[in-house]
Amino acid sequence: MSEVGRAALLVCLALALYATVAGAFAARERRRRLAVSAQRALYAAFASAVVASIVLFSALLRHDFSFVYVADHTSSKLPWYFCLSAFWGGQEGSLLLWLLVLTGFAAAAVFLQRRAQDLIAWVVPVLGICGVFFAFVLVAVTSPFATQVRPAEGFGLNPSLQNPYMIAHPPALYLGYVGLAIPFAFAMGALLSGRTDERWIIVTRRWTLIAWAFLGIGQLLGSHWAYEEIGWGGYFAWDPVENAALMPWLAATAFLHSVMVQEKKGMLKVWNMLLVALAFNLSIFGTFLTRSGVLNSVHTFTEGPLGPWFLGFLCFSVVGSLALILWRLPLLRSKTKLESLISREATFLYNNLLLVALCLTILWGVAFPMLSELVRGTTVTVGQPYYNFFLRSFGLPLLLLMGIGPLIAWRRASLKSLGRTFVIPAITAVVAGIALLIAGAGSSTPGMIAYTFSAFVLASIVLEFWRGTRARRTLSNVGWLRALGELVSRNRRRYGGYVVHAAIVLLAAGIAGSSAYGKETEGKLKPGQSLSAGGYTVTYRSLTREPKGNHVELRALVDVYRGGKQVGVMAPGKNEYFAEQQVSNEMAIRTDFLRAEDLNLILDQPNEDGSIFLKMVVKPLVNLIWLSGLIFVLGSVITLWPDAREQRRLVARYQSARAHGRA
Amino acid sequence: MTALALVISAIAAVACVLWVAGPFLREPTVAGAADLFDDLDPAASQALVLAEERDRALGALKELEFDHRTGKISDNDYREQVGPLRREAADALRQIEAAQP
Repeated sequence: MSEVGRAALLVCLALALYATVAGAFAARERRRRLAVSAQRALYAAFASAVVASIVLFSALLRHDFSFVYVADHTSSKLPWYFCLSAFWGGQEGSLLLWLLVLTGFAAAAVFLQRRAQDLIAWVVPVLGICGVFFAFVLVAVTSPFATQVRPAEGFGLNPSLQNPYMIAHPPALYLGYVGLAIPFAFAMGALLSGRTDERWIIVTRRWTLIAWAFLGIGQLLGSHWAYEEIGWGGYFAWDPVENAALMPWLAATAFLHSVMVQEKKGMLKVWNMLLVALAFNLSIFGTFLTRSGVLNSVHTFTEGPLGPWFLGFLCFSVVGSLALILWRLPLLRSKTKLESLISREATFLYNNLLLVALCLTILWGVAFPMLSELVRGTTVTVGQPYYNFFLRSFGLPLLLLMGIGPLIAWRRASLKSLGRTFVIPAITAVVAGIALLIAGAGSSTPGMIAYTFSAFVLASIVLEFWRGTRARRTLSNVGWLRALGELVSRNRRRYGGYVVHAAIVLLAAGIAGSSAYGKETEGKLKPGQSLSAGGYTVTYRSLTREPKGNHVELRALVDVYRGGKQVGVMAPGKNEYFAEQQVSNEMAIRTDFLRAEDLNLILDQPNEDGSIFLKMVVKPLVNLIWLSGLIFVLGSVITLWPDAREQRRLVARYQSARAHGRA
Repeated sequence: MTALALVISAIAAVACVLWVAGPFLREPTVAGAADLFDDLDPAASQALVLAEERDRALGALKELEFDHRTGKISDNDYREQVGPLRREAADALRQIEAAQP
């Protein structure tokens, strides 16, 4: 069936090419039938990508080792559900996933706006170009359908990918990466057509939110996977691959905030175009980083088949988007100006500057080792202290701004009203700070600042909900609960955004707690010997070995004590995989839900005499990070929920404009 | 298997071509203005800009009222800001009316 897969990709490439060329011609000449035909080509390209994906997935499920990709990433003993991980575990499969999501999103976005021909006319060719690139790469550069004489067994899947989080993490991340192509295409379409009014923003806001939410969820899933699977007791290491996902998320976060200033005040039009282009180009850059081999060495990426193609596409996209923005600068000039440096729009501006600064410093940290190797021939590593310094420098003020922003009115605020709105959050922050000092949390200054700011932000969020609900209750003469429901449903973006802010506060508290106040120790233990850290004592009992499916499980049984009382038994260990001939670390985690704290045990080295090297890591508040993911999803759903009134307003605006035109 | 795969692929490709050519097959003889999609002329574009300004001013007024009600904006600040915002909204409405035939 590999021929069907190859043919499907070829058809997909032809259709994307047609959508680009015919779509561009139709947009320029306003040809209705040709424009519809180009849109249909995008739908058909999605169908072709679905067929190609089904062919690959069925080959993975059947363990058809005549497919090189299947033999390289599965073995006959690999459980069926990990065939999903194998789909995107390798280069070709992950690029096919890119194409599948891209064409799917493109078809959905175009279908939903099919009646607004003037809006989507230029969107179709822009999305077509992206489709052409990925389809071309899969057809001509690195095909997932290459075949060989069927070997008896496959090489298996990297053990670290044999984890349930790896089934969900890559697709979530890709939905985020690729989703950014939609606002980018509508932005470029608006520039090409000269229609730079608000419509592209309103139409694509939900797409941006979807992409941004998936990028956020994907990163949290990836962090949880790293925490559980890599077995070093951490969840984020500023690895270039992790940074590759963080950068577009930061740019998209900045865009989601600054776009509100454009909607409310008609300002920052150029900045928004730049941000949307930055977010999309960073998502391409991220894929380039992970897929080109450039991370191993800047000199090897040209030897691999993908690097130069990706670099070429990235350059084309960056230069093309900047050229379009420059071309349409006269249309993007704002009529209004910032009225005061103390206003909601000003806080959005500060937030944007900090987010972009953080994003660019991370970009520099990722790019510097490559540039250094290219220019000076020496390999340089940018370590965690660099990133942590900038995270504190930009992240802590950002955290504070999340609390300040909601308290300030649009346009301008007097110092008197500012003082009145700030008093409760400020008192809450001071009380929290003093309480933490008394509780002995003063050992880490950044941790103390983070918690004090977090208290300020949470207080301002609660205050906003309370004041809003009280006002709504007076206006509608209804009960508190109904008033709260009305408040949120009338302004989902604002109050959903506050819920997301609450999630970020929990995330910050989790990161600060687990990194600033964590404890760890390690040592060689013989049966009966103990280790202690963070109030826990663990006693090593024995080592066990048990065959399971496609691997053997080696486990150290360890009794856990807290306050002199046994609270459980943990079993850190290692899995030895047969086909893959690799060993994976299987960290044992004990969660104390009341303290939101984890005790992690890592078996570093089992010895033949029955002794082990055991690492013990206590992570206070780390579970707030995972809890923040759930609240983040809740806030995103509230924000994403369609607003029929806004849609009606947009339609009415266009109908009345058209009526003027015809008259 | 290869022959069957080729036949399946060829059928799928032909189906795609027919699907993409659908608009031309359904309306083979349309030409001129009937084959052009709606676009905004300069007058309509100007009306759109004015409508955006009107909606923005009305939205800002609504927001100001609510912020005042929640106590985020003092009475003095409210009185200072409400006038210019009302004027902005009235200007936009007046311009829209003036542009109407």
